[in-house]
Amino acid sequence: MSFSRRRFLALTGGLATAAMGVTGCGSNTGRPNSGSSSAGGGGSKPALSQWYHEYGEDGVQEAVERYAKAYDKADITVKWNPGEYEKLVSAALLTDKVPDIFEYGNGPTLDMIKAGQVLDVTDTLGDAKDQFSAPVLAPMIWEDKVWAIPQTVDMQMLYYRKSMLDKAGVQPPQTFDELIDAAKAVKTKDVGGFFAGNDGGLGVLGALLIWSAGFEYLNEGKDGIGFADPAMYDGLAKFREFRKSGGVLESASADWFDAAPFVQGETAMQWTGLWVLPQVQKALGDDFGVIPFPKIGTSGRQAVPIGAFSSVVSAKGTDPDAAKAFIKWLWVDKEDYQVDFSNSYGTHIPAKTALAPKADKLASGAGADAAKFVAEMGHGPDLLWTPATAQAYTTALSNIVLKNADPKGEIAKVDAKAKAEIKRVNG
Amino acid sequence: MSTVVTRLRGRQDRNVWFWVFVGPFFLGLLIFVYIPIVWSVYLSFFDARNTVTPTRFVGLGNYSYLLQDRAFLTSMGTFTVFAAFIVPVTFAGSLGLALLVNKAKVAKAFFRSAFFLPTACSYVIAAMIWRLSFFNGARFGLVNTLLRGLGFDNVNWLGGGNYWYWLVLVTLRLWLQVGFYMILFMAGLQRIPTDTYEAAAIDGARGWNVFRYITFPQLRSTSVAVLLLLLIAAFQAFDEFYNTLISVGGYPPFARPPLVYLYLISLGGGTQDLGLGSAGTIILTVLIAVIGLAQLKIVSLRSKEETS
Repeated sequence: MSFSRRRFLALTGGLATAAMGVTGCGSNTGRPNSGSSSAGGGGSKPALSQWYHEYGEDGVQEAVERYAKAYDKADITVKWNPGEYEKLVSAALLTDKVPDIFEYGNGPTLDMIKAGQVLDVTDTLGDAKDQFSAPVLAPMIWEDKVWAIPQTVDMQMLYYRKSMLDKAGVQPPQTFDELIDAAKAVKTKDVGGFFAGNDGGLGVLGALLIWSAGFEYLNEGKDGIGFADPAMYDGLAKFREFRKSGGVLESASADWFDAAPFVQGETAMQWTGLWVLPQVQKALGDDFGVIPFPKIGTSGRQAVPIGAFSSVVSAKGTDPDAAKAFIKWLWVDKEDYQVDFSNSYGTHIPAKTALAPKADKLASGAGADAAKFVAEMGHGPDLLWTPATAQAYTTALSNIVLKNADPKGEIAKVDAKAKAEIKRVNG
Repeated sequence: MSTVVTRLRGRQDRNVWFWVFVGPFFLGLLIFVYIPIVWSVYLSFFDARNTVTPTRFVGLGNYSYLLQDRAFLTSMGTFTVFAAFIVPVTFAGSLGLALLVNKAKVAKAFFRSAFFLPTACSYVIAAMIWRLSFFNGARFGLVNTLLRGLGFDNVNWLGGGNYWYWLVLVTLRLWLQVGFYMILFMAGLQRIPTDTYEAAAIDGARGWNVFRYITFPQLRSTSVAVLLLLLIAAFQAFDEFYNTLISVGGYPPFARPPLVYLYLISLGGGTQDLGLGSAGTIILTVLIAVIGLAQLKIVSLRSKEETS
């Protein structure tokens, strides 16, 4: 089973989770023992540690180690962290042995920023800020300061088997109603219609139900949720209907982020990421297509989620200035490495928009479609949509779908939570 | 001076040896148990987000938040349901097994080991096997393959759309712990003097009556200990819940016992609210202590009534 980097990417709202791993206590920060920069006299380079989570694609670890080695102004030691990465990072940040540089999904959390654990990198980014995709950078900005540099962009979309849809005589669905019908039509005794995870899509589709119905996480005033609306309640009721229609496959050999259920023919349609594209192409050749999440209701629109693992600098690191210089070198200046990182291992979109044409996997076919979806209908996370609010929304969704709770009442609870959270973080 | 030292050392250096043997253990206990507990109590009175050295004192704020938090209260409900299943089932199961194995004429040691062996298995590994192999909701899960063979539909065991996840969780813990409590009961059974049974046999006691009037009452102290241990173990349920139900989308809101909920609040990665997490663990500790003491009290009252 290939675990992808997206396992940890909180595209759906920052809920930090990982599958089954057991966290080990990381006393080894990966920092070399040769002492810190302050200890060394003239001429000695600063020694920095850089943390990554375990990427599923082959070759990523070697690549990032190669990048680190190529840097001549500091000794960078890459630490590769299998297991529950986010927990590992947040635990390490409480100690004195912090990683100097670490990656985190969509930048640091608001609590990390407010607790002073991470540094503002606005100056590091400088004028290059405009070269990055705005919705990707947005969740990394707090109080007009940028807190992380995006490394590469990931997105999710709906893969479908052309032959299976043709056989059932249905078109790739553009609206949610069409999706419900198509899933029922293509389903057989052994092949599910639509798959979006072993929780029936409750985890990964939550944000899409908001965007596709035409809403945003938060309202314009940014003081409460942006989807307390009858159209949203109808959409949620529709989703419940979909879950009960029999067209949704609720369990498969792997989860939504893995290509296995789709390529092994367990489902005719699967919601998963751009990153599995090479695997799907290899297994199915031309017998598949990709579409964004269909629009829900009359005021809806098609949507795809985007997110980015990003480089963050610790406030308590040995030499923050050297750390900032390194991430500027790697993720702002070294464009050949940025393209290599996005394009050579799995499929991703370079964070700087101008580099996308250089990624050959995005030049044609499904890759090109994905790039188009991102540009035209991509939605990213919001810093004020805190993990606690995201948790409240997932709970509401679960109650609506599994316990037949009333959408309006459940969404009102999410709004109350969001309001309290926004008040707390602004306070 | 030297007399003070001599007195401190104790007769035959007993005090020195006491600390040589007890010291390292005591130090470990202090560092890994008592200091963290005291630190938790301290943290529980603060707004401690992403820090273990908080500055903003909130008094009982964390406690009052949790006691009004629907999710926390629901998690207590989840625990109650779980305990209501697992405590009596394990109790009856381990007692039954102990009686059977104790009566076995052949291969007694074999059966004892065979039933005890699962205790050595890790909860995490067992949870993986239950989740990925036995109760996998996909069509090729072991139980689903059997069901399909019999003409039934697939069951999505852990999806939360039904209550079958209780079967998964209860069978898992039952398999893991029933052998351990069986051993406790067997030790209790071996302490019952055989002449009691001989006297009863002469009086004509048979089968159920022997169990009802001799074996079970004689096992009282073992039963009390087993019940208390079972209840505390159920309260501390974490591993099997977390490892069978966690997914990439997060831990689902159903079947979430208190420790899992507190873990997600305080160490969940995205949120690190150590003040709230600490307050929750203190509430749980107090509850366990109160329930344990109440149970002991009730049992000791009853035994007094019977002896008087």
